[in-house]
Amino acid sequence: MGVRVAGPTHRFAAMGEHAIEAVGLHRSYRSRTGWLRPQRREVHAVAGVDLTVGHGELFGLLGPNGAGKTTTIKLLNTLLIPTGGEARICGFDVVRQTREVRRRIGYVFGGDRGLYDRLSARDNLRYFAELYGVPGREQKRRIAELFELVRLTGREDDRVEGYSRGMRQRLHIARGLLHRPRVLFLDEPSIGVDPVAARELRQTVADLAATGTTVLLTTHYMAEADELCGRIAVIAGGRIQALGTPAELRHHADGRRVLEVQAYGVTDGQLAAIRARPGVREVSLAVHGAAQVLGVQSDAGVDVQADVLRELDGVRLGRVTARQPTLEDAYVAIVNRAAEPTPVAGPVPA
Amino acid sequence: MIAVGALLHVKQLSRSPFEIAIALFVPVVQATLAVYLFRAGGEPDRLLEAAVGAGLMGVWSTVLFGSGGAIQNQRWQGTLEMIMLAPRSPALVLLPVTLATGITGTYAMLATLAWGRLLYGIPLDFAHPVAFPVAVAGCIAGLGMFGLLLASSFVLLRHANALANMLEYPIWLVSGMLVPVTALPGWTGPVAAVLPTTWGARAVHEAASGGPVWPALAVCLAISLACLAAGWVLMTYVERRARVTATLALA
Ligand SMILES: Nc1ncnc2c1ncn2[C@@H]1O[C@H](COP(=O)(O)OP(=O)(O)OP(=O)(O)O)[C@@H](O)[C@H]1O
Ligand SMILES: [Mg+2]
Repeated sequence: MGVRVAGPTHRFAAMGEHAIEAVGLHRSYRSRTGWLRPQRREVHAVAGVDLTVGHGELFGLLGPNGAGKTTTIKLLNTLLIPTGGEARICGFDVVRQTREVRRRIGYVFGGDRGLYDRLSARDNLRYFAELYGVPGREQKRRIAELFELVRLTGREDDRVEGYSRGMRQRLHIARGLLHRPRVLFLDEPSIGVDPVAARELRQTVADLAATGTTVLLTTHYMAEADELCGRIAVIAGGRIQALGTPAELRHHADGRRVLEVQAYGVTDGQLAAIRARPGVREVSLAVHGAAQVLGVQSDAGVDVQADVLRELDGVRLGRVTARQPTLEDAYVAIVNRAAEPTPVAGPVPA
Repeated sequence: MIAVGALLHVKQLSRSPFEIAIALFVPVVQATLAVYLFRAGGEPDRLLEAAVGAGLMGVWSTVLFGSGGAIQNQRWQGTLEMIMLAPRSPALVLLPVTLATGITGTYAMLATLAWGRLLYGIPLDFAHPVAFPVAVAGCIAGLGMFGLLLASSFVLLRHANALANMLEYPIWLVSGMLVPVTALPGWTGPVAAVLPTTWGARAVHEAASGGPVWPALAVCLAISLACLAAGWVLMTYVERRARVTATLALA
């Protein structure tokens, strides 16, 4: 009859190809220091980030404090306007099509702020449901559904000020999901959450991704990123230093071995001496209770164990183990390399 | 959306112990001072006027600083970013917040009248029992829209509260408590005439004590609508500026 039902047009398909696209994203902050003689200082928090995340992908953003993770997220979720480059969410430009972008995204950050403490959890959700234009008839059902999802059923009418950290975090997530966003930004959602609750949270996030929601997650917990994320970008100094699947990133520590030594009272001088031994690539020191755990990454072909133990002469030692490198070791290698005086230009091939 | 938002914000405000103390205490003080000043001045017949005048000043300070303070509180709570992220016009997002301050401001005025009646027997004969609630509603709407205009500066300026804190109590003392409105110096007249708060309070006053309610209410709403229009435009600009200068969050 000459009338064709409009399917997904070519243009639309092209527009929505990626959930998140960023090209040359740049953001600097200007801050003034000093009252009497103000000095302008410019911090390049994000210095040229290129990123594409497909629909339904669970993408991780890792990096040390101040690397620019939160800033990147705020550029993508329209809270900040980039000083350079551009970004699109589901094909919509974050600067020019702000409202279209906002309809499609949810934003959840870690910590206990961002909620109305003196209102009940239900009132909090009701308010944001109104703001996001969830139709009145649907609100009740949607809110009940979300309380179920984040396991807060039974506590809906308690004021948020009486909530624990983990409960707030779950309420935050429920709030972020009210309008069924296509893309969810999670900025350190598991900060301050106990291990059991964190596991439940990971399950919730994995379920969301399984049902087609695109998730961009930042975290400081390697195991979390390893378990959840299909791909991970390691960001440092405002630039992406490495990008790939967890397995690909692990290759950054290929050809290395890790020696772990439990010790009590290693000095900085000894650390420096170990770092200077031939074959040693990275040295890290973590504290577990009364003990320190010294991690030494070395070239696989070199056995540094004897050298290390000689440097630690006089220090009381516990267990000594050699193992294959983990994602965390790869992360340490990537970040340390980025911190070296002459940084590798551009992303490193995985 | 506006109604639910405003109600929930009033709920949030009214549950702060500090706000409750202020809300209970201030009207009593204002009513008392108004009564004593006028008794001392030998004008006992103008007591109602004094009480309304004192209440009016309460409204002024609530709206002048309340709407800004509400924005600042939301910044501290981390909720400012969250509500600005809604797919709505920024003015529409903030209007419920400032309306809520309008409601608390109007409450302060009514409470002052009530305490004046209760403690000092100031007669409150409602000359226009029908017009009174209408005038109160108009007053709230006016204050909310006016507050929006003020709120925009707080969205932009991260440290706007420093200024507000510095000004709040002196202005409050001078305007509301020590000097009844009728005794204010002449130059405040024109200033008051362009503020919708003045007209809103006058409408409420006239509904209570007799007089032409509707002209005052009409002026109040007209000025308020102008404020709303200006606030709308300004807020759209300010929201964008805030995203450039990163002042929606604390850090
Ligand atoms: N509002 C701001 N004004 C000035 N500088 C800022 C602002 N926000 C962030 N910065 C700076 O930008 C840089 C990147 O910060 P960002 O918060 O993006 O890091 P992050 O990767 O999220 O770190 P963390 O792991 O600690 O959360 C830091 O040097 C920080 O000091
Ligand atoms: Mg961060």
